Amino acid sequence: MSPILEVEGLEKKYGNQAGCLDINLVLYPGEVLGVVGESGSGKSTMLNCISGQLLPEKGTVKFNSPSKGLVDIWSISNADQRFLARKEWAFVHQNPRDGLRMDISAGGNIGERLMSIGNRHYGQIRKAAEEWMERIELNAERIDHRPTTFSGGMQQRLQIARSLVTNPPLIFMDEPTGGLDVSVQARLLDLIRQLVHDLGLATILVTHDLAVIRMLADRILVMQKGRIVESGLADQVLDDPQHPYSQLLVTSVLRV
Amino acid sequence: MTDKFQNYNFAYLDEQTKRMIRRSLLKAIAIPGYQVPFASREMPMPYGWGTGGVQLTAACLTPGDKIKVIDQGADDTTNAVSIRKFFEKTAGIKTTFKTNQADIIQTRHRIPEEPLVDGQIIVFQVPIPEPLRFLEPRESETRKMHALSEYGLMHVKLYEDISIHGHISTSYAYPVKVEGRYVMDPSPIPKFDNPKLSKSAALQLFGAGREQRIYALPPYTSVTSLDFEDFPFSRLRAQGNCALCGATESYLDEIITNDKGTRSYICSDTDYCNSRTELGHLGNGLDEVES
Repeated sequence: MSPILEVEGLEKKYGNQAGCLDINLVLYPGEVLGVVGESGSGKSTMLNCISGQLLPEKGTVKFNSPSKGLVDIWSISNADQRFLARKEWAFVHQNPRDGLRMDISAGGNIGERLMSIGNRHYGQIRKAAEEWMERIELNAERIDHRPTTFSGGMQQRLQIARSLVTNPPLIFMDEPTGGLDVSVQARLLDLIRQLVHDLGLATILVTHDLAVIRMLADRILVMQKGRIVESGLADQVLDDPQHPYSQLLVTSVLRV
Repeated sequence: MTDKFQNYNFAYLDEQTKRMIRRSLLKAIAIPGYQVPFASREMPMPYGWGTGGVQLTAACLTPGDKIKVIDQGADDTTNAVSIRKFFEKTAGIKTTFKTNQADIIQTRHRIPEEPLVDGQIIVFQVPIPEPLRFLEPRESETRKMHALSEYGLMHVKLYEDISIHGHISTSYAYPVKVEGRYVMDPSPIPKFDNPKLSKSAALQLFGAGREQRIYALPPYTSVTSLDFEDFPFSRLRAQGNCALCGATESYLDEIITNDKGTRSYICSDTDYCNSRTELGHLGNGLDEVES
């Protein structure tokens, strides 16, 4: 099996400050890669560079696109890159307000990506939106309600539905469970795990929360000061961390 | 004492300003539907009164021209009267109410019923030139969307219309696509007029003064109204005939004729209505219609 994403020598600095340095990673279809590290360790910078939102200074991001074949996302045209970002990968923001259009109904939010790739049949768009509402366990009767009337957990699920409606093979998540209370968080994690499994999504998941990683991730990268300091299978790294920083991270988790 | 308008250049604007506007106009005509920025001037009337349209008309006007100015189809409403007077004073040109005699027609919110012909110019007053404005507030982003032809968002608005009202309820400023490329706001004309934009023999110019944008449709440009396959574009016309001239095809204004809410319809295009009455067409009259 060939990888869906290959990142080599990625580097992004903010002036003299390190954003992320010397990032190399490979992601295979259906694999969930967790990225952990403290605030400011470069997790989000790396994710933005890989997902086409922030131009890196060095390195390549090769994406195995179902429609265009193997492409370096930073050397194709802006139009193609934006097309891939709409169709073939998805990005889930920590704050659903960043990923949703708050003044457009839930159905419109889910349908937007379909319309943006050229679907011009209202009935089909409506049907897809209804199906996704059910899939993310939202009441399909609320399809015409605006996201502002939804709770935080519902908004987050809506954001996930909105980004997955075009069946992308790859999804990026930046702290998808941040800011949610634990019971809602558990439900969302359950949903994500199910979707990732059912759709065979390759996932890069950035989070502070080691419990989330334990539950979802197959492999882990630990980042510190912009660099990947340790990587390996999730259970292996969590149970037997080698790098001092990973050890610190694992031991500083609060237990009830 | 000299004539008090002697100090004005022909048609108010100085020649350098007109050149600047004509340069933008040429670019706009070369790229139909593309919004060309221009250095809009302060005009002696408030924004929203057609400062963009007035500047385009001034830039296109030559001393022999006859102009017609309409506001919502009518020649005799405030906006039309003041702009007509403005050009009578500053350019000393002839004006007309007749659509077929005008060289330049400046309009707010309507296209005349009578088909325009070769050689005519119609100038639209545009309040907000950006069709994506209320969907995507970032100008940097909307420009990118135009550049890359990413117009899916426009359909989100139509989707919302159908999901709320069961049909596309947008009835004016209905978005159009020009020659399969740029999506354009046709200014707040009723969607009844949208089909007239396409393949028109006249040159159609759009000016937004406050927003400093010009766009244009050269003669015989193909213009299609956006829609869904299962909810095709449809014109909207009040069910009724004109009470004055009996017209059955024209766009109608609704008029409340008494305190009981009795209503009646008359043509919104006054020149069209008057020409028909002169030819002997008669409607049922304003007072006799019961709702």
